[in-house]
Amino acid sequence: MVQLSINGTEHSFDGDAAMPLLWFLRDELGLTGTKYGCGMSLCGACTVHLDGQPIRACVTPLAAAAGKKVTTIEAIGADPVGKAVQEAWRAHDVVQCGYCQSGQIMSATALLRANRKPSDADIDAAMNGNVCRCVTYLRIRAAIHAAAANLT
Amino acid sequence: MHPIRRFVEQTPAQRAQLPGPVNLSRRQVLQGFGGLALGVCLGPLAAAPQGAAKGSAAFEPNAFVRIDADGSVTVLAKHVEMGQGSYTGLATLVAEELDADWSRVRVEGAPADTKRYVNSLMGVQGTGGSSAMANAHEQMRRAGAAARAMLVAAAAAQWNVPASEITVENGVLRHTASGRSAGFGELAVAAGRQSVPTELRLKDPKQFKLIGKARLPRKDSADKTDGSAVFTQDVQLPDMLVAVVAHPPRFGATLKRFDAAKAKAIKGVVDVVAYEGGRGRFGGVAVLAKNTWVAQQGRDALSVEWDESRAMKDGSDAIMARFRRLADQPGTVARKAGDAEAALAKAGKRIEAEYEFPYLAHAAMEPMNCVVRLGDKSCEIWNGEQFQTIDQAGAAALLGLQPQQVAITQLYAGGSFGRRANPHSDYVLEAVAIAKAMREKGRSNPVKLVWTREDDMRAGYYRPMALHRVRAAIGDDGLPVAWQQRVVTESIMAGTPFAEFSIKNGVDNSSIEGAIEPYEIANLSLELHSPDTGVPVQWWRSVGHTHTGYVTETIIDELAAAAGKDPYAFRAALLEAHPRHLGVLRLAADKAGWGSPLKAAAGERRGRGIAVVQSFNSYVAQVAEVTVKADGRLRVDRVVCAVDCGMAVNPDVVRAQMEGGIGYGLAAVLHSAVTLQDGVVQQTNFHQYLPLRISEMPKIEVHIVPSTEPPTGVGEPGTPVIGPAVANAIFAATGKRIRRLPIADQLKT
Repeated sequence: MVQLSINGTEHSFDGDAAMPLLWFLRDELGLTGTKYGCGMSLCGACTVHLDGQPIRACVTPLAAAAGKKVTTIEAIGADPVGKAVQEAWRAHDVVQCGYCQSGQIMSATALLRANRKPSDADIDAAMNGNVCRCVTYLRIRAAIHAAAANLT
Repeated sequence: MHPIRRFVEQTPAQRAQLPGPVNLSRRQVLQGFGGLALGVCLGPLAAAPQGAAKGSAAFEPNAFVRIDADGSVTVLAKHVEMGQGSYTGLATLVAEELDADWSRVRVEGAPADTKRYVNSLMGVQGTGGSSAMANAHEQMRRAGAAARAMLVAAAAAQWNVPASEITVENGVLRHTASGRSAGFGELAVAAGRQSVPTELRLKDPKQFKLIGKARLPRKDSADKTDGSAVFTQDVQLPDMLVAVVAHPPRFGATLKRFDAAKAKAIKGVVDVVAYEGGRGRFGGVAVLAKNTWVAQQGRDALSVEWDESRAMKDGSDAIMARFRRLADQPGTVARKAGDAEAALAKAGKRIEAEYEFPYLAHAAMEPMNCVVRLGDKSCEIWNGEQFQTIDQAGAAALLGLQPQQVAITQLYAGGSFGRRANPHSDYVLEAVAIAKAMREKGRSNPVKLVWTREDDMRAGYYRPMALHRVRAAIGDDGLPVAWQQRVVTESIMAGTPFAEFSIKNGVDNSSIEGAIEPYEIANLSLELHSPDTGVPVQWWRSVGHTHTGYVTETIIDELAAAAGKDPYAFRAALLEAHPRHLGVLRLAADKAGWGSPLKAAAGERRGRGIAVVQSFNSYVAQVAEVTVKADGRLRVDRVVCAVDCGMAVNPDVVRAQMEGGIGYGLAAVLHSAVTLQDGVVQQTNFHQYLPLRISEMPKIEVHIVPSTEPPTGVGEPGTPVIGPAVANAIFAATGKRIRRLPIADQLKT
């Protein structure tokens, strides 16, 4: 039995604790904002926060999340930094197909929580694991700078 | 000319069950994806008006607009939103003529109904060829204008005032003299009782408030930033099972036998079924479970034996070697003028070049997937649906239904780049075949087919591999005098419902579109070989231009160098009779500061390259600036892009599509290739098929040529230009010509 907190709600699961967190979120809880893109931690579409740190849910076994706090895209707007990031994303119309953007927003929020004034190089370093095949990177960078400015 | 593809081969029994190719009449198909647009509009107001509302809508004047009692406006989008901004664009056109409040406009995917929602440039209901704005702009404006006229008529009747005195702004109708006003919602029911206007006057562009506005918020920004947007991957239906499949390891292999004991022993695995293949797709084994992870575990536990006696076992090197041998032979003549051979023999300055292009995967972020629910005489499909007519007909044939018994819900597509419009409906029919196999076992659960990234990358449908061999020459006047080009590439259209219309005299236009064009060469010869490789191929963002544009624009650059001319000035001189090419070329060159020096750090070499490509009736020029470091590492620093797409419906979407198109093309130029060894695709995931990452992203500036011409497309035209622009910049920096893509480590020392 694995117990963990997801977006402030306690959950328990008595299935395979080796199952990646991603599939627990999506298929067991119906939190489908977190996306499957590669299953190998190569694309970042599944990024969520585990005790505030960005992790790839596709390679994180449920067992590794036991007793910890998970935050997903569905709840990131409750965080002031997450909200600022979402608003900047909308103001810049970052999205195209949108499939990777939950992960992008989760990575960007984690970056801004750790570094309130990131440089382009900081952004590249923090966001390089998040692939966008529509290639919205210029707007991602601009939106992160805008969110940073709005947070100060 | 185009042999039947190996993977079409089936036993007679199998063939009897297969869907035939969709029958499309000549009248229906006005063009395929690649060629010129023939603007034939099928029913200007499109689709029969509904008059009084159905369901919850208070007012449904036509197939594209619904107005609810609360005043909200719903636009039914006949084109899938896969990132290219179609939902925003279609809604802009409707809202403009309706004078709607943009914040109260929402967009919903239209159902599959070819008669109402045909793409008039494709002859089928579908999205592709960068045709959404081009085919729908007038239709959508008329749909909005008709709804507006009916609202105005309703207000005039209710207020007993002349319709001509009523103004509409931001979703509110006003009669100034009497001081009366009402929102759309208040008048919706009454508007539904008005007759549908037969004559409509559309706005003069000077009156536009939304079309062309620098920054109109996208309709899909909110739900794509809070996790609530619904993609196929996110569909959950009662009792639904997830299917994860074992595909054959090689194209053309068929299922011999399988042992599901270990898979079935996994807790949560509900069933394991074999499913049939068909035209353009292969049968396999599906493991079904409520949970995707469990289904994956089950799939991995399967033991499957394949009959590979008819499978494709070539490596990509062997295929390219075969292409090279073919290029030694004359091909089918696609275009000819003068006597290229004689002119080449006489010319003093000749160049010869051979180009190689790899297979490319679309690799959309959302791997292919599809949800199917079967009833006794019904099939429901949920999909990021890009090809309604084809998928509907294919599913109906597979199930023995009529097309109208197949309902399709068009969801957001998590990217596509062409992949979700498969002419054989490969992944859609795979999902249907699995649901059918389940049903035959007495299970009626809805099925969600989920491909893993590995499945997506290895299941085929690639931009075809290509080899081009070119000989060209400069005459005594310093201008190109001869150009001989042989293209070897597999036909995308052969064996599809579009073959009859795309392949003329043995030449698939999508294989050679854009070759040599728009340059007029007195002595030219363009020949094509279309070998069958057994590897499934498909259109990939900008189709033939992905390779023809690269060759044309790097050869022209070489000819400029051979003539001792500046590559920009050389092109400009050749394009005098092509004002729209010239327009974007000049704009890009001016904004980029063409000719100004580029500062290079010690040990680094920098260069600037230019290219111009017309595709899908849009004109794009790009200037790329690159740095080649001492060790040969390449960085694309800056791209200046000029685009002429006629009237820019949403300039910010146009910019976004240029940025994205450049980035998508750049990934392919720098890194991407699908290769085969003994018929097995070697790339499985993003560590081997490298996408562009944020750290590699150049600065991009997009400049839009102001225009009142009808809108053309922007989804694809940004993509084919970046390759030659970068290659020409590399030449400027290093003197090296890149003739094999991707560049990968060719510059490394």
